[in-house]
Amino acid sequence: MIALEFILSGMLAAATPFLLAALGELVGERAGVLNLGVEGLMALGAAIAFIIVYHGGGHVFAFAGAGLAAALLSLLFAFAALGLQANQVAAGLAIGILGQGLSALVGKTYESLTVKGLPKLAVPGLSDLPVVGGLFVQDPVVWLSLAATLAIWATFAFTKTGLLLRAVGENPKAAHSIGYPVIAIRVAAVAFGGLMAGFAGAYAATVYTPLWADGMIAGRGWIALALVVFGTWLTARIFWGACLFGAVSLAGLAAQAGGVELPSQLLASMPYLVTIVVLGIISSNRRLLKLNGVASLGEPFKP
Amino acid sequence: MSAPRIRPMLVKRDRPSLSLKILAPLLALVAATLINLLLYLFMGKDPVAVFHAMILEPFISFPSFSEVLLKTGPLLLIAEGLAIGYRAKVFNIGAEGQFIIGAIFASALPVWYPMATGQWIWPTMLLAGALGGALWAGITAFWRVRLRANEILVSLMLSLVAIQVLNYLLLGPWKDPNGFNFPQSVMFQYDAMVPLIIPGTRVNASLLIALALALAAYVFMQKSFMGYKLEVGGLAPRAAGYAGFSEGRAIWLSLLIGGFAAGLAGAAEVAGPIGQLQRSISTGYGYAAIIVAYLGGLHPIGIIFSSIVMAAIYIGGDNALVSADLPIAAVRVFQGSLLLSYLMAVTFVRYRLAFARPVSEVPA
Repeated sequence: MIALEFILSGMLAAATPFLLAALGELVGERAGVLNLGVEGLMALGAAIAFIIVYHGGGHVFAFAGAGLAAALLSLLFAFAALGLQANQVAAGLAIGILGQGLSALVGKTYESLTVKGLPKLAVPGLSDLPVVGGLFVQDPVVWLSLAATLAIWATFAFTKTGLLLRAVGENPKAAHSIGYPVIAIRVAAVAFGGLMAGFAGAYAATVYTPLWADGMIAGRGWIALALVVFGTWLTARIFWGACLFGAVSLAGLAAQAGGVELPSQLLASMPYLVTIVVLGIISSNRRLLKLNGVASLGEPFKP
Repeated sequence: MSAPRIRPMLVKRDRPSLSLKILAPLLALVAATLINLLLYLFMGKDPVAVFHAMILEPFISFPSFSEVLLKTGPLLLIAEGLAIGYRAKVFNIGAEGQFIIGAIFASALPVWYPMATGQWIWPTMLLAGALGGALWAGITAFWRVRLRANEILVSLMLSLVAIQVLNYLLLGPWKDPNGFNFPQSVMFQYDAMVPLIIPGTRVNASLLIALALALAAYVFMQKSFMGYKLEVGGLAPRAAGYAGFSEGRAIWLSLLIGGFAAGLAGAAEVAGPIGQLQRSISTGYGYAAIIVAYLGGLHPIGIIFSSIVMAAIYIGGDNALVSADLPIAAVRVFQGSLLLSYLMAVTFVRYRLAFARPVSEVPA
């Protein structure tokens, strides 16, 4: 019971880095662009945010700085992959390596330092419930991430912007021929993805575990990419997927605290192993992927 | 519609010329060097000192150059394997994990039989490593072919798992009992080491193996029907299917070759300059080799040159750390910007820039 309470109260916070990065990638992929650089974008965001908080700039500026830096780096990806028609897979990898390198470079003198996180806000009444009460005591970024999830879901469900994004991802030729600026829309979607990845990194380094260490993103950017596939490009499913990963990363800790003897390396591998297994299960269901997949994902478009 | 305007456009070349193909990576190298030197200047480092330590010294000092050759081996091996897959559009980015598993498989022999002697030991280790790497890549192939899972994500996840497997062994069953609790195995016996080929240096026979395999890759990819089938199987699976080539087989073959080569490289590292299994067996070779493969134009001969360049960047980075106090992370920044510059430069191999009004905007 204690383990369940522990997982329920921490799940959303653990899920937030995955969720923010995956939502950003979702927008880009829906517009037809596969950006594999998420891990590096998150790392850069994490380093920038940490430095800003460390020097007393506060969390608002930290998130803004992180988002801006990662968005700028993703625009470099957009210039190569969309402007110059460079290989999208390779350009994404390049941005990833570059982002990780830059984060290590700027973060070098901050290695292993810590900062203060954010206070938690409780929903009055609900937070007093037994067992599930912990779910309603979260830091402000978690609440904002939930709002962002709703906003992105609504954008795709109800707005013209959402339709436009999907149109350039499904059939860029058709969108172009009726006068929509396909490349410009895709660039904007990529920049949004970068912004969100920067936020995700900022959350990881200044709120969730408020410390900086080179390599601290530890594959979370790659899991976010996998989450978009798990969620079959649907906002709500990506949200549940992120929660699952939040829970998985806590379940190991709970098991350890409960006296279960497992090698710590197995626990550390858990998110990666779960990713591999779930990818296998979801991908073998071809109908599911065909139904919701993005028709022109990763394919270059030349007007 | 907006008013007609003149703007830059990319126009596809009829036939990309060889000289352009060679020019693109050179141009990228120059561009990346300039950008990074500018960055070092911005960081308050002396760009001249960095340039000397990083770019010149690896080639003008023999001890430095021998280290370049030493690092060329693994990069060349891994990149040749990866390039075969990339040409078949199979994006194995998990060479890092295949390298680590290869190193582990190779280490099993000297760890379990530290007293064994005989010249058969190191070749057996290299073979075991190669098979281990292929086995690890085989998981990705199974996931891709049977379950249709994305090989990029699966192979990368498996690399992260491989690091944990390595940590588990080094902190647990394979830890050297007399190693002062350091996470490393026993030092390997003499017969477990690949013979040296240049006296006074650490360069060993695995470089010759890598070069031989590069030539084999050339024959396979450029001259054999099998290589052709592989490439077509990836480029146009439907067309290949009609012609009786299987996409699944292309994926299996690509990943197994890539894993084999990366595993062999991992084995050669522990049976060579390192001489034991330890945490830092790879300094990102598996990822750097992706860059090497692209920079070499995915061509087996081009990759020989690009692997030397990448090895020099590693050694140059080490030099610059010592003599110009440049953080080692600068190497990663250089690698990333080099790949990005190359990918942009290669656009101009395939396209030429023209200034014209696009057809769609010509008034009817």
